[in-house]
Amino acid sequence: MSIVRELVLALRLLWRDHRAGELALIAIAIVIAVASVTTVGFFADRVQHALGRQANQLLGADLVIVADRPIAGALEEEARARGLSTVRMMRFPSMAIRGDRSTLASIKAVTSGYPLRGEVRIASEPYGAERRADSVPQPGTAWIDERLYALLALAPGDRFELGQLALTVAGIVTHEPDASIGFINGGPRVILNEADIAATGLVQPGSRIGYRLLVAGPAEAVDGYRAWAMKQLQPGQRVEGIRDARPEIRSALDRAEKFLSLAALVSVVLAAVAIGLSARRFLQRHLDSCAMMRCLGASQAMVVRLYLIHFLVLGVIASIVGCALGIAAQAALAYWLGTIVSVELPRPGVLPAVHGLFTGLALLLGFAVPPLAALGRVPTLRVLRRDLGAPGASGALTYLAGFAVIALMILWRAEGLKLGGMVIGGFVGAMLVASALTWLLLKSAGALRTQGVTWRYGIANLRRRPLGTVVQVIALGIGMMALLVLSLVRQDLLYTWRTSLPPDAPNRFIVNIQPDQVQPLRAFFDKHNVRQPELYPMIRARLVQINDRRISSANYPEERARRLIDREFNLSWAAQMQSDNRLTAGRWWSGTAPGPQFSVEDGIAETLGIHLDDVLTFDIAGETVSARVTSLRKVDWDSFNVNFFVVGPPGMLEQHPASFVTSFYLPPANATLLASLVREFPNILLIDVAQVMSQVQTMMDQVARAVQFIFLFTLLAGLTVLYAAIASTQDERLYQATIMRTLGASRAQLRRAIVAEFAVLGLLAGIIAAAGASALSYVIATKILNLPYTFSSSVWLVGALAGSAAIALAGYAGTRAVLNVPPLKAMREIG
Amino acid sequence: MKRDSMIDQVGETIIRAAGIGKTVPNGASGLTILSDISFDVRAGEAVAIVGVSGSGKSTLLGLMAGLDAPTEGSIHIDGHDLFALDEDGRAALRARMVGFVFQSFQLLPAMTALENVMLPLELAGARSAQVAAREMLARVGLGERLEHYPKQLSGGEQQRVAIARAFVTRPALLFADEPTGNLDAATGSQVIDLMFQLNRERRATLLLVTHDEALSQRCDRVLRLAAGRLVDGSGTP
Repeated sequence: MSIVRELVLALRLLWRDHRAGELALIAIAIVIAVASVTTVGFFADRVQHALGRQANQLLGADLVIVADRPIAGALEEEARARGLSTVRMMRFPSMAIRGDRSTLASIKAVTSGYPLRGEVRIASEPYGAERRADSVPQPGTAWIDERLYALLALAPGDRFELGQLALTVAGIVTHEPDASIGFINGGPRVILNEADIAATGLVQPGSRIGYRLLVAGPAEAVDGYRAWAMKQLQPGQRVEGIRDARPEIRSALDRAEKFLSLAALVSVVLAAVAIGLSARRFLQRHLDSCAMMRCLGASQAMVVRLYLIHFLVLGVIASIVGCALGIAAQAALAYWLGTIVSVELPRPGVLPAVHGLFTGLALLLGFAVPPLAALGRVPTLRVLRRDLGAPGASGALTYLAGFAVIALMILWRAEGLKLGGMVIGGFVGAMLVASALTWLLLKSAGALRTQGVTWRYGIANLRRRPLGTVVQVIALGIGMMALLVLSLVRQDLLYTWRTSLPPDAPNRFIVNIQPDQVQPLRAFFDKHNVRQPELYPMIRARLVQINDRRISSANYPEERARRLIDREFNLSWAAQMQSDNRLTAGRWWSGTAPGPQFSVEDGIAETLGIHLDDVLTFDIAGETVSARVTSLRKVDWDSFNVNFFVVGPPGMLEQHPASFVTSFYLPPANATLLASLVREFPNILLIDVAQVMSQVQTMMDQVARAVQFIFLFTLLAGLTVLYAAIASTQDERLYQATIMRTLGASRAQLRRAIVAEFAVLGLLAGIIAAAGASALSYVIATKILNLPYTFSSSVWLVGALAGSAAIALAGYAGTRAVLNVPPLKAMREIG
Repeated sequence: MKRDSMIDQVGETIIRAAGIGKTVPNGASGLTILSDISFDVRAGEAVAIVGVSGSGKSTLLGLMAGLDAPTEGSIHIDGHDLFALDEDGRAALRARMVGFVFQSFQLLPAMTALENVMLPLELAGARSAQVAAREMLARVGLGERLEHYPKQLSGGEQQRVAIARAFVTRPALLFADEPTGNLDAATGSQVIDLMFQLNRERRATLLLVTHDEALSQRCDRVLRLAAGRLVDGSGTP
């Protein structure tokens, strides 16, 4: 038979199957699979970009070139040539003067367009209503912050001097996106137009000025520019993206990305199961016609080819429909997200649609076509003996190709062999554990078999197809786990996280307090009725040796470790361990003269490979200090208290030059206090952590919502599996119900039997879901949010009970049709 | 041969079919499968329904058992108007009075031989279902295969499980639809012997659909169907 005629025949078969309603289920499975994949794809894509931009607001740009000398115009020209927006910025400290008052201020000069990401908010008067600034200060004017306002006793419209230039105050800055970068901008702020800089006369050879080129634009263009710029860098220049600027934000973003892609993959796996189940049903219903085709002279290869074409055409059509649905769904979703997230989502790319199409076909080829290959092996004799089935059609080996497809998709999404391998390993491991658990539960459920016909019927049905039951339990379990995580666990975690931050958590840091200022500062706090904060001594030191080993950043492959080695540590000393620290190994010192020793934070110890009893050597301003590590501590960094990686006992470090540092809570109403603080202690560095905190918090919340939304699709995919599973066993159920009816079963008895079966199925799935949700919340709590994990019994209770009830209801709804078919008619239909 | 079911013990009328007709929707007019069929069966009688393929004999058996509803006419089983009852009422009647043997056995694949035989007892709410089922399986020679699943049994063995299931409730009525249709001659005749033997022991009424003339001759009476009409053996025995 020619290819064309075979194609025509395949299409005709497709049409007949469609007409007979045989394709509806498998087509729906593909459509839902592709729709959920593309929706998740589009959504994740846009959210990832949005999150990236949100994070970039902390930088004021997507990319910043930082230099200690003016940045060559070529760097800016190239960025513009690539269609990117640019802003030039200069930062330096200078005295701001008004009459007899003067203070050291942080000056920031910007060109128009600043900020490229995020926004500057200004108010017309201190503590007045703030608004978004839609330009930069006009030449001759400046925006100042509340502290400068207080220090110089300025008012809007007043003038102050910066170098040789007099500037008019045009607004009070209440928010600037890049304020918190690097924690170094302690002084009161002045923002002015770059055009005024020359007139100030402040830029002289030898002036300590930081130059920045801010760049923003489409992600690919920024990446391209970044690669180009890296090659042009001169000594003293460096490129900063958000990923370089703040390690904690970088890791939050990385975790968010991983989480989102994992959530998407879970839906893919569930969709694969749904397609596999639908294909199995198709196979079973087509054994006869294939046997007949063989009988009428079709070769084995031809039968396989016919159905391959048949399914490829179906796959393409269903995938396109799925993509269209995905596009619509993500638009609805973006709309919904738009109302809860104050970030404008970038337009979706085309790539997720291509991915979706690929996913649909790959799932089909991996999970639908292999079992169908069995159609070709149908014994021709089946036309005479119907009990001759397809050879080994539902074995696990059939789906090897499918597993390979999923594995490839994971590797592709993970964009790395290591992470991909870990995810695959983790997934396979979790599946094996879940399967083993399900199998054990199923085996022990056999005991219920003696409890009368209702239970026997239900359990027998589950145990008759242990593989199918395990697949259904796990698929439903995953879907329900998603639901549990996004309801109970998320609530628990958010609650723990919120309550872990006391309302009076420190919102201001003071750095660079000199030893002779400690007492006056205490007196200052007393005078103004601020709760006396703890002052901690701080010594800058460099770690140079662990035991006998000299160390340098070259010894460490990990970037975080290198940075830790390159920069200076802050050492401190204390008699008592801080209350928010927890000892994880060794002992804290006691007694009046404990002798030289160190207590090290356990995270840094792990990163740098420091163990208990190692001897650490620090270089403190040219002198070396060595001591043994006698304890490791866990530090709650989220508490925003002052904390140190390395602490020694009293009497060990006092002879070295130290400054003091503290953190305290200042109610917003007392902001004017800062002005007098800075006036009395002009050298101190005051850091506003409240702003950093609220930005981080907003981002965390958005990540949580994004994950929550994507988990909804996982749930949907889980329900699709249930539907496919019910449909794939529908014939058998009809058969069983018919026999039971014939033998005199009442509807109520049948109903009870069906409910019993699905209740047990739901119970098993609920247990798997609770186990998964507990494991997941443990990971989220301890690895992502750094919270202590608290066991939640409600997850298990709700998982088991609600799971059982919901699946019993869903299963009954899906199968109740079998109650209504007259037995004789049903018997005829099944043959 | 004709005395297999002890006609001398035949009692009251247990089945009364009056003016049965069955039409299924097919185009404008509908397709008539059965029309104007009336007959009585007395308790303890063995009656064969014979006819060629498509003559409507299986449909008639299904109607007698209340598995489907006739378009016209009425059927009384043991004095109950079958179609005055609802589905559940008919099911309850079947559970109480009727046993079935099918051509394709119709055992539940998820259940063991023992569980299959226990099923009708449990559906009827019987107490010692297991004891009765064990005895019944032993009676049909499968006492050693209680825990086997249908697919682990041969065709003859499956049909014997089905016969055990049919008789375990001690039904007043046994409906058999081509019980040997899926079996070879030797096995088929063993199964038939077993069925008649049990039927005699239990004094049940047998309604047997077959196209096997020899088999029909073992019954007390033969109802012959052609094109949906009763052409022979109508009326009372």
